[in-house]
Amino acid sequence: MTGSKTGIHRETRMTRYLTTTALALSMIGGAAMAEPVKVGMITTLSGGGASLGIDTRDGFMLAVEEAGNPELEVVIEDDQQKPEIAVQLSDKMIQSEDVDVLTGIVWSNLAMAVVPGATRQGKFYLSTNAAPSQLAGKGCHENYFSVSYQNDNLHEAAGAYATNEGFGTMFIMAPNYPAGQDSLAGFKRFYEGEVASEVYTQLGQTDYAAEIAQIRDSGADGLFFFLPGGMGISFMKQWAEAGIDMPVVGPAFSFSQDILPAIGDAAIGVKNTAQWSKDIDNEANAHFVEAFEAKYDRLPSLYAAQGYDTARLLLAAMDKADISDADAFREALRAAEFDSVRGKFSFGPNQHPVQDIYVREVVSEDGTLTNKIVATAMEDRGDAYAEECKM
Amino acid sequence: MSMILLIEQLLNGIQSGLMLFLMAAGLTLVFGVMGLINLAHGSLYMVGAFACAGVAAATGSFWLGLAASIAAAAAAGAIVEVAVIRRLYARDHLDQVLATFALILIFSEGTRWLYGSFPLYLNVPAALSGSVTLPGGIQYSLFRLAIIGAGLAVAVGLFLLIGKTRIGVQVRAGEADREMIAGLGVDIGRLYTLVFALGAALAGLAGALVGTIQSVQVGMGEPVLILAFVVIVIGGIGSIKGALIGALLVGLTDTMGRVLLPPLFSLFMETSAATSIGAALASMAIYILMALVLVVRPGGLFGARA
Repeated sequence: MTGSKTGIHRETRMTRYLTTTALALSMIGGAAMAEPVKVGMITTLSGGGASLGIDTRDGFMLAVEEAGNPELEVVIEDDQQKPEIAVQLSDKMIQSEDVDVLTGIVWSNLAMAVVPGATRQGKFYLSTNAAPSQLAGKGCHENYFSVSYQNDNLHEAAGAYATNEGFGTMFIMAPNYPAGQDSLAGFKRFYEGEVASEVYTQLGQTDYAAEIAQIRDSGADGLFFFLPGGMGISFMKQWAEAGIDMPVVGPAFSFSQDILPAIGDAAIGVKNTAQWSKDIDNEANAHFVEAFEAKYDRLPSLYAAQGYDTARLLLAAMDKADISDADAFREALRAAEFDSVRGKFSFGPNQHPVQDIYVREVVSEDGTLTNKIVATAMEDRGDAYAEECKM
Repeated sequence: MSMILLIEQLLNGIQSGLMLFLMAAGLTLVFGVMGLINLAHGSLYMVGAFACAGVAAATGSFWLGLAASIAAAAAAGAIVEVAVIRRLYARDHLDQVLATFALILIFSEGTRWLYGSFPLYLNVPAALSGSVTLPGGIQYSLFRLAIIGAGLAVAVGLFLLIGKTRIGVQVRAGEADREMIAGLGVDIGRLYTLVFALGAALAGLAGALVGTIQSVQVGMGEPVLILAFVVIVIGGIGSIKGALIGALLVGLTDTMGRVLLPPLFSLFMETSAATSIGAALASMAIYILMALVLVVRPGGLFGARA
């Protein structure tokens, strides 16, 4: 029903040139100059999913500005959460802007549309969020790095947590689309109890009265759900209204800092799994949280942390190798020699993270809703697809 | 499935149907009276939700927010009608679709500019929070009961307005023959603005009520808009009665499909396949319903121009 031609409006376009001094420097010194690196960031800056892209961008740019590396140039464009726009943008960035590295895509369906083409053309892709199983297993590529996780990880950790807590029966629920099916599969991979009922909702569904009635009726020990974005906000508000006394666990997406204020007190006490939390105790993280809050006047979300780590990984690789030597640069990325805000961080054989995944609880700190770590669900977790990756 | 759960699900279906009715009533009035396809109806729904959330946050009163949502949506509707829509009546439907689609983009980005990209907080007022026990031991959310009440009240009010008042006579006459009523001395321009603002106010009310239990964010109107179109196609374009019956049919079909289809399929296939196929079929159920209605009655159930 949408006239797609009218949908292509001029995008907010933020281009930052940090290379102005490069020419002057090369004239003064005779020292070997590193090649400038041009990064194309494609992310969602308008529409319902914009808060995720905005946090990704802000986290990434915070690290870029802190580093002040004149060799790094970033071009940012809005994909409107539409695969066809994302593909157009990546073509434009590769062909006319001549970028070296692409990054920033939030959604797995957009990543699937962009990543294989970009890596085939010899560009690097560093994922700040989306990491579908197809790109971790048979479809892995030497130029593709996921800095966030593999999509299944947080769901697997939720399954492990439910097992550890001794929940005998679980009601599990996700939207009926590939990431939703992966979510329930990931949960069941590490959940040893009995699944009381498995329900698929519609993607974009906003009313959950029917599902909540079923959950109440099921009498399960706990509820696991994966409903990203507005779906999760709607569900949690309706869940709180229903007043059902059942522990809730889910991946961090529905309890991320960007949407917690919209859910309100209904979220307090919910357990959610994530590879990052603002209270992870290390120097890099303390600095990141403080600097982000100072610059943007809000608490960072998971997406902001992932964007920040991605930029820091890239900057660390730039210090070690020249982008014109793709093999050396790839090795430098693989080494991941940067202080991650997550603490421990390394890449597995398929260039997806090996990291700890935590259980967080939503709490109210001086009237602000946020998350605090209460347990570690999985240590040094890689992913289920690494073996299928032949690189 | 127990009887109690079944009745609870029927109530859920009725509640979601009545909310759809608030959206569809405005859409069908505008289409019936002015012959205009208004894609921006969903944006007016969003305006209502944001106005309610904004005023409720500023004043601490949900009720003021609710009043503000109706006022803001009606005002936005009237302004849009005078500034843009008025120029579209004589044009064909493609121009109308293009122009009102542009309005969606303007409203969305304008709302983002005012409120930012992060979803807003809006919660059920204390007086209506929690659940009540209905006869037969059914636990049901008080706010959802209030939504059912509000939906029924609006339905009755609309029937009285259209059926019993002078404005209602003019609206019906406008549907039947635009030129004749203008020739009889009715200020057709003012009537159009009024009808459009009324439709917008209903959309704003729906946005505020639904936003309270769902998510208040940019782009929230478009999924509802699609359902509202399904409702008016089923009910018959231009008919308030059709919109009410169509909305209840869609609400019940959608809710009961989601609840009943997966277990139905699991009777004769493996559970995980059944849930997946059942859910997929449930999401198609209302469109299948629409197709069936159109086969039997191409003009919709109560369509005037069948």
